[in-house]
Amino acid sequence: MTAASPLTPRRTAPPPDRTGLLVLIFLLTSSLLLLSHNSDVLGGLGGVGAFLRNPIVEAIVVSLFLANVLFAYLWRAAPWAKALVGLGSLLLVLPWAGQEDTSLLDLSIQIMIFAALALGLNIVVGLAGLLDLGYVAFFAVGAYTWGIFASPRFGEILRYYGENPGATNAGTLALGLFLTAVTAASLVYIRRRGRTARPSRFASWSFALASFGLLAGLTLTARALIVLNAFRAQGLANGIDPAFFWLFLALSVMAAAIVGVLIGLPVLRLKGDYLAIITLGLGEVIRVLANNLDLYSAGSQGITPIRSASVPWFDALAARLGFAEDQYYLLFLYALSLAMVGLILLVNVRLDRSRIGRAWIAIRDDEVAAQAMGVPLVQTKLIAFATGASFAGAMGMIFAAKQTFISPESFNLFQSIGVLAMVILGGMGSFPGVILGATVVTLLNLRILPGLGEATANIAWIPQQVNPGQLQRFVFGVILVTIMLLRPEGLLPSRRRTLELHHEDNQEDDSARGNAGALTAGSGHVYSPGLAPLKEEDRAGGAK
Amino acid sequence: MDLATLLPFVVNVIVGGLVLGFVYAIIALGYTMVYGVLQLINFAHSEVFVTGAVVGFEVFRVLTPSPMNGYLKLGVALLAAMVVSGLLNVLIERLAYRPLRNAPKLVPLITAIGVSLILQDTLRVIEGFQGRFDLTYTLPDGFSNKFCAAESSCAGLGNALRTVGVDLQLKDVILIAVSLLSLAVLNYLVSRTRLGKAIRAVAQDRVTSGLMGIDANRMISATFLIGGALGGISGVLFGVKFGTVNAYSGFDPGIIAFTAAVLGGIGSIPGAVLGGLLLGVIQNLIGVSNIFGSLLGIANLEAIDASYQRIGAFLVLVLILIFKPTGLLGKSNVEKV
Repeated sequence: MTAASPLTPRRTAPPPDRTGLLVLIFLLTSSLLLLSHNSDVLGGLGGVGAFLRNPIVEAIVVSLFLANVLFAYLWRAAPWAKALVGLGSLLLVLPWAGQEDTSLLDLSIQIMIFAALALGLNIVVGLAGLLDLGYVAFFAVGAYTWGIFASPRFGEILRYYGENPGATNAGTLALGLFLTAVTAASLVYIRRRGRTARPSRFASWSFALASFGLLAGLTLTARALIVLNAFRAQGLANGIDPAFFWLFLALSVMAAAIVGVLIGLPVLRLKGDYLAIITLGLGEVIRVLANNLDLYSAGSQGITPIRSASVPWFDALAARLGFAEDQYYLLFLYALSLAMVGLILLVNVRLDRSRIGRAWIAIRDDEVAAQAMGVPLVQTKLIAFATGASFAGAMGMIFAAKQTFISPESFNLFQSIGVLAMVILGGMGSFPGVILGATVVTLLNLRILPGLGEATANIAWIPQQVNPGQLQRFVFGVILVTIMLLRPEGLLPSRRRTLELHHEDNQEDDSARGNAGALTAGSGHVYSPGLAPLKEEDRAGGAK
Repeated sequence: MDLATLLPFVVNVIVGGLVLGFVYAIIALGYTMVYGVLQLINFAHSEVFVTGAVVGFEVFRVLTPSPMNGYLKLGVALLAAMVVSGLLNVLIERLAYRPLRNAPKLVPLITAIGVSLILQDTLRVIEGFQGRFDLTYTLPDGFSNKFCAAESSCAGLGNALRTVGVDLQLKDVILIAVSLLSLAVLNYLVSRTRLGKAIRAVAQDRVTSGLMGIDANRMISATFLIGGALGGISGVLFGVKFGTVNAYSGFDPGIIAFTAAVLGGIGSIPGAVLGGLLLGVIQNLIGVSNIFGSLLGIANLEAIDASYQRIGAFLVLVLILIFKPTGLLGKSNVEKV
């Protein structure tokens, strides 16, 4: 075919190389950030210092600095420059500035927590197409898993059971273990039989009975263990040894994944909005339980103080770098969440290109067709739920360690919706987009809007009621609506999804409007294979 | 406690639940109608509902000194709330949903959340300028009293209710009457008029109905107008029932009403009513279950307090959806490949 055909993709000129500009902006914003967070220098600068200390200016400086990393991702530049900007910003400049102003580290950890949450939800909503409005429940599971054990709560639970032991002794423990083992074995047996034999009502009833027995066995065992260990309550007045941090990181991931499967199992038959409202409800159930199980979660007062990990070599490193002792844990959590986000991103990219990732996308696009092609629906959806949940569990634990305080208020519906907004704002299904969405929303909520409010708090002509500090919801809402109206596919749309969406546009909607030309005109992308106009001289088999 | 005293108690709990349920049902209709035509969860509906409640409050506040008949005041309040909420809903659709008609389904969901945040703060600022946050309804005399002030003066319906042992207030009866009336009007509108027919056609297939000469955009606007007007009615009724509203009080009833809409089968109008009534009764039953517990000698039930009401609603939803995944009255969707 000739190049003049309307169906050949329009080639755009490659974007200009911006290595120099990238490095220049990096140096500029980095020095600005370091400068504006160093109170000694600021004091000496006089008027400029006062200007830089203005909360809104500070918020802008932080945003500009973080934009560096975005530029490094977006622009075409030499690889060394990209690496310099990316690694230099995150590993050098940010911790350095955070040394002077701890709130900067706190903000960065918060951004990364939300980025990881958004990446997890992106698997569930963006890839598998399951609208989950109760995602924050898994975050809560992770947070409470660490929060209960790493705080005085654990000692109090032990003491309570020590005072109310019931009839528990070693025999109960043995009974519990026996029951657990027997029911677990029979569950495995029934499941194995079910693969070969025809499913019968008897089998499903006995399965339910065995599950109930397993639950009872586990409860008995846990209770017996707690009662038998109740004498340790004194030694655990401040929670368990922080050296168990890594064990509990694994436990939080597991617990969140298990809760994900448990919640997912009964409800994944539902579709779309039915699933949305059910997950919303189950998320609320977990929050209300946290609010009411006073013994375990301290109810609405919340659990405090929660310890963080103390890793000796890392503390030594932090000391060598000149951090104060009360900053060690923040620096540690910063490094940990950076590593976690990296890991989660890696897992995401690998999953996206794997068999299971393609199965998710197939289910999202057409469930019936995917099932017909041999994708096991329930299993695939459960994996999506459990994967997303496990990320949330890990980040929940980091959140608990960072805040040193958790209460049910941190896990309400609004948080779930916020994470969903991050995913959709950034561009569903696109990993860099989702991270950008999380950054933008968190920056807006934690820095820019409060900064705006603080900066205008003392201006006389603005009435108290419309002070931007009071109008955070309003401004956030306006921004949500505006971005969605201007960029319905998100800030950094996923390439694959963009193609799919425009495919639908051209196929259905334009033709419905009587614009048949839309079918053949336009950029003519790979998804319209059947529309190539055949010329009479074209031979079958293509041109030689 | 014996059966003779328990029975009226149970009846009262159920009747109270039905009263609550009518408010939920009317809110749920707003969700379900919009969902029916656009397949969109209109998260902003809870704020449309609160707008109605605020308008009702303002009308009652302005009219309190006037010697007008109480029913007339209520009528004015309902009418004003219907108009404001309905127009607001149309405006929201025009600005936040219509430009995104062809975008992926979740995008209008996010703009709906954005709109709901905008409205919350707008309402708070508007009332805040007058130094108010919690708006307490000042009802006309008699509305808030027991149906019969004194047993001797009881007559007609009041006497009948008293004989059966049902404890209702006048405002509850008004609430039920207004709800039933608006349900009847809505039913007539949707099933008997040309407008209703057109709306149903658009809900079924927007493109084909367009080919039949129906202006889909106008029908969608009409749906939002009706849904918003219902939201306004329910807002005033909610204010009359509970007495106090503020800019943020739409959230809880909004969630429950949406649950009700899903419970009944979202998109189905009788389903929304059924779901609303069911959830109202269930909530009331859970709310008093500790009393039941003490009646039946189960002390542990005392732990179940009001905060479990929403959980109860959701557990019922989960159970029903597991056995009937499209809700009680929802059409089961036969999928074609």
